[in-house]
Amino acid sequence: MRFGGLTAIDELSFAAPVRQITSIIGPNGAGKTTLFNCITGFYRPSAGSIVLAHPVRGSLRLETLESHRVAREAQVLRTFQNTRLFPKMTVLENMIVAQHNALQAASFFSLAGLFKLRRYRLAEKQALEQAMSWLQRLKLLEFANIAAGVLPYGTQRRVEIGRAMCADPVLLCLDEPAAGLNPRESAELNDLLLELSRESGISVLLIEHDMNVVMKISDHIVVLNYGRKIAEGAPLLVRKDPHVVKAYLGEEDFQEQRA
Amino acid sequence: MRAIFPRQALSIAERLRDAGWIAFVALVLGVPMIGLTTVDAGNKLVVHTRLPLLMEFVAACFLGRLALRFSLDKFAQRKIERQAQEARRTVQIPARSTLPLIKWLGWWLLGAALVLPLMFSGNRYVVDTATTVLIYVMLGWGLNVVVGLAGLLDLGYVAFYAVGAYAYALLSTQFGWGFWQSLPVAGGLAAFFGLALGWPTLRLRGDYLAIVTLGFGEIIRIILVNWTELSGGPNGIASIPRPSFFGLPFQAPSDDGVQTFAGFFGLEYSPGQRVIFLYYLILLLALLTNLFVTRMRRLPVGRAWEAIREDEIACKALGINVVTVKLSAFALGAMLGGLAGVFFAARQGFISPESFVFSESATILAIVVLGGMGSQLGVVLASLVLVLLPEIGRDFAEYRMLLFGMAMILIMVWRPGGLLVRREPAIMAPAPMQARP
Repeated sequence: MRFGGLTAIDELSFAAPVRQITSIIGPNGAGKTTLFNCITGFYRPSAGSIVLAHPVRGSLRLETLESHRVAREAQVLRTFQNTRLFPKMTVLENMIVAQHNALQAASFFSLAGLFKLRRYRLAEKQALEQAMSWLQRLKLLEFANIAAGVLPYGTQRRVEIGRAMCADPVLLCLDEPAAGLNPRESAELNDLLLELSRESGISVLLIEHDMNVVMKISDHIVVLNYGRKIAEGAPLLVRKDPHVVKAYLGEEDFQEQRA
Repeated sequence: MRAIFPRQALSIAERLRDAGWIAFVALVLGVPMIGLTTVDAGNKLVVHTRLPLLMEFVAACFLGRLALRFSLDKFAQRKIERQAQEARRTVQIPARSTLPLIKWLGWWLLGAALVLPLMFSGNRYVVDTATTVLIYVMLGWGLNVVVGLAGLLDLGYVAFYAVGAYAYALLSTQFGWGFWQSLPVAGGLAAFFGLALGWPTLRLRGDYLAIVTLGFGEIIRIILVNWTELSGGPNGIASIPRPSFFGLPFQAPSDDGVQTFAGFFGLEYSPGQRVIFLYYLILLLALLTNLFVTRMRRLPVGRAWEAIREDEIACKALGINVVTVKLSAFALGAMLGGLAGVFFAARQGFISPESFVFSESATILAIVVLGGMGSQLGVVLASLVLVLLPEIGRDFAEYRMLLFGMAMILIMVWRPGGLLVRREPAIMAPAPMQARP
């Protein structure tokens, strides 16, 4: 991915295994969020390809799809580094909006909905149940009818994950979900993510700076620096990789200076 | 509750005494100001009394005070309760989200709108003004879709109003179409123009969108002024047929055997009948608009409109096709404006580009903003304020617009978010699931 003269991601290639949690780590400006933007269709990569093995639709070339089609057809959902909820809408409405496409199809260009036909009422009931079950699972039930924008930051993050889950993802891309969470909330998040990948069969891509989270739950870690992959592998291996240590701590320089 | 909040526990006797004091003050003040008046008899002034008017004034003060005190107490009580609840750190989930007062106000206004022409059947001015209010209410509800719900700032809304009006004017004068036949065609045409404006401006938001829509409104007006062959230019189009009551025209009985409304129902003909009919017609159109918009708001499209207003990028990330959602908002908003335009042309019988200047767009936008973006009832209140204030202000002659401007500033100081800021959720969590441990 290039922006004018700046190459943000260069010769990056990795695979995120199905039903596993793949973490992408790296110093600030390494190109992690740019990578997400490429995957979810907000940027079109200048070169290369991104292939998703969709369980139903076969392999999809994500870089050829627009952002809303990445979410709708490839079922790749994402959250944002600075949460992007619909602040004036209630938490429940946020969850329902995430199911827009299914509901819109059921409403038959809104006609079935305008006349409150059975088929639309059923679809709406289903959507509501889906939303409520996720709210319950994320312990958000009590906030259902409250405007999302007034909730505390940590809760908003959970709402955003719940909203993405309501859209029925195959691949879930989380951009720093643990930022701003206290240790307890962050531990809860760990459990949730593990549950999602193990039980709900969702593949997770995770950008995270909190090493407690990354090391505990990742199956696979990819390390970026200046847009290039510098290491990849299981958490224990990556932690000891000299390139990673250098990128994060600059240890060699440090030792050289002392010597 | 009563023991904790003694202020709200006023007995009926106390309330009556309180209102009685106010009535007494009103009486004392009213005797010189209202009760006595001077009449020029010949060449000297004679003092006359106006006791009935004085009594009406005192009674109004008495009842008004009762109502005011009651609602103020209710507000205060609710505020205290809310604070108490917050202090207990529980999250309050209202069983019914609507404030009863506001809901009441809506029904009350509807009732008043229904009986108004019956009460003022002899007073053409009142019914005419009410009709104007309703046109603006309908326009406000239409623009509310674009600005209030979808958050797309549209400064050229009057263009769609013009498209609807000219569509009916041309269809009826050139092709002899009736009002009801033209209505869907004109609405569709206006929706098409909405798409024509929406398509090139998809990427624009906020100020940039406002400028383009402003230009669009002017383009339509200038085309109407200059394309003389089509629109009659500045002279406009005259003698547009008035709508009839299921084929029965409103006109004086004539000898040529045409069945008229008055003749069919065995009534005596009066020109007021048409005025009242037009009033009920726009009331019907406006209510249908309201029903349509409130229903749409509870549908996926409506929620997507609001979601786009809130965060377009998040919408894309959730798989919502922003293009179609925006275009549907533009098209439906434009259609409603076009329908109002058809009615306007049918009511006036004459239209010219003069009626579709920018200040009209600004007024409609002001109605939406003053009412509180996205609030249906707010639009009604704001239309009442914006149409009636200049009417009331007629007595103030050259200070009329000054008064108008001051009122608008006051509203914005008092309620910066508009008259009704509260947003109704489009979907509520079902009650049993709200139960908390």
